[in-house]
Amino acid sequence: MADQLAIGSRRGLKPALPLLLPAYLWLTVAIFLPLSAMVFFSFMTDLPLAGKEWAFTLGNYEAFFSQSLYSRLLLSSLRLGLEVTLWCVVIGYPAAYVLAKVLKGRSREAIFLLVILPFWSNGLVRIFSWAMVLREGGILDTALNAVLPFKINIDLMYSYPAVIIGLVHSYVPYMVLTCYLTLQAIDDSLIEAGRSLGASRRQVLWRVIIPLSMPGLIAGSALIFVPVVGSFMEPRILGGRTGTFYGTVIEDQFAAVFNWPLGAALSFILLAVVLIILALAAPVLRRAG
Amino acid sequence: MATTRILEWLGRFYIVLLLGFLYLPIVIMAAMSFNASPFYQLPFEWTTDWYASLWQNDQLIAATWNSIEIAVITTIISTVLGAMASLALYRYEFRGKKLLQALLFPPIAIPWLITGTAMLIFFFGVGIGRGLIAILLGHVALALPYVIVVVSARLQTFAPELEEAARSLGANQWQVTMRVTLPWIMPGVIAGGLFAFAVSFDQFVVSYFLATPGQTTLPVEIYAAIRKGFTPEINAVSTIIIVVSMALMLLTARFFKFGGEK
Repeated sequence: MADQLAIGSRRGLKPALPLLLPAYLWLTVAIFLPLSAMVFFSFMTDLPLAGKEWAFTLGNYEAFFSQSLYSRLLLSSLRLGLEVTLWCVVIGYPAAYVLAKVLKGRSREAIFLLVILPFWSNGLVRIFSWAMVLREGGILDTALNAVLPFKINIDLMYSYPAVIIGLVHSYVPYMVLTCYLTLQAIDDSLIEAGRSLGASRRQVLWRVIIPLSMPGLIAGSALIFVPVVGSFMEPRILGGRTGTFYGTVIEDQFAAVFNWPLGAALSFILLAVVLIILALAAPVLRRAG
Repeated sequence: MATTRILEWLGRFYIVLLLGFLYLPIVIMAAMSFNASPFYQLPFEWTTDWYASLWQNDQLIAATWNSIEIAVITTIISTVLGAMASLALYRYEFRGKKLLQALLFPPIAIPWLITGTAMLIFFFGVGIGRGLIAILLGHVALALPYVIVVVSARLQTFAPELEEAARSLGANQWQVTMRVTLPWIMPGVIAGGLFAFAVSFDQFVVSYFLATPGQTTLPVEIYAAIRKGFTPEINAVSTIIIVVSMALMLLTARFFKFGGEK
């Protein structure tokens, strides 16, 4: 290790600076300064633009803590995040297991790619595609009524389950990916050893496989939970009037009501919640990443 | 052993179900873009009218060009800046390096809703305002960490002795970089570039907060259209988008395996 350092790397920030500066300056201007500005604005009464009167205030945060509406919405967004994450575990983990331990060779590579592919395609469009499936007279409705002998009415569109389905569809590949990476690293001989020592399939699963793949489960959960809590487009399209969550209220402050300071305060509270969650998951994420 | 084989077949069947869940809605959406009924009525009747009418929609076409332009410029800027930063992080040891690497994490991990609204506030405050420039500033910042992560991963497979050998044979720093290091990390740079293009081309949330009515991107236009009501025209343009972005990712996968096998 010491040898490699001597050959490969050189000391000092000075020669590295010209290479680093452009990228990090850009990140500063477009990410870190804006996040700081958001904190600053959240303590203002109005935007300091066009000669408007403004002053410092705690009012935006008071609004959050005094009006139960906002904390209730934050709670329902957290609940949404939890439910979507759980569904992603239930659906994604078995798939990751089959990919890592049952399929072999080229077919594994191809199917892995097929599962991951939608994740990297346009999220908005995929949410929209569910509208085609879920609405009344849509495909699900038509197909079920063609098969079933009795008439049923499937109109999941603009409901809480629709939002869950769309979000799970959006994020389940993430869970498959992270779990696959940790499951693949488990030595098959460990599983065989457990079996030959007389453990049942179930015991091997609970005592060997799941504990060893825990980093993947936690990493996947954090990477799903965080964006779901901040989602607004998915509930808007699939949830309709039932789709009011914390994210949609923030969107409203910026896109409809134009109460930016309140929006900034709400955003910052969400950021704090997100950072706490990421900090809790960070040790695991670092080991898995 | 018989149970094992049954379980394995159940597993394969399950994967097929999952793929159905993942792809069925997309396939249905695409199919509906070729259906004649404007209200998505069945029976299915083949038509390409909806694609034809896209060509008449000047607003959509303008937004598409904006999307492509921004994605191309984002790709160029973020690939160059990202590759430079990755090289520096690989080559040099200095205090605060860990911090610089950790700073790449927030742009990826913080929900775009927060990043997008923060950019809106800041760009407004400093006078950049909304529009294509603001969107470009934001997209490059979102793409940079991905490029750096992907290129850095490729650099991990690079043998530093090669640089040393070239140097001892009389090559200067620039020659070493251009003739030895860069060719080796090229697959990573290309993959990073494709990632950057996809991040920008598919970006909705951040663009949404930074767009103005005249200066907007395709996903923002689609969102506005969806909120007005569904039409097969949205299906048509959505189908084009999803085909483009999936093709892009397949291309990326050719250059860079998604962390799976080494």
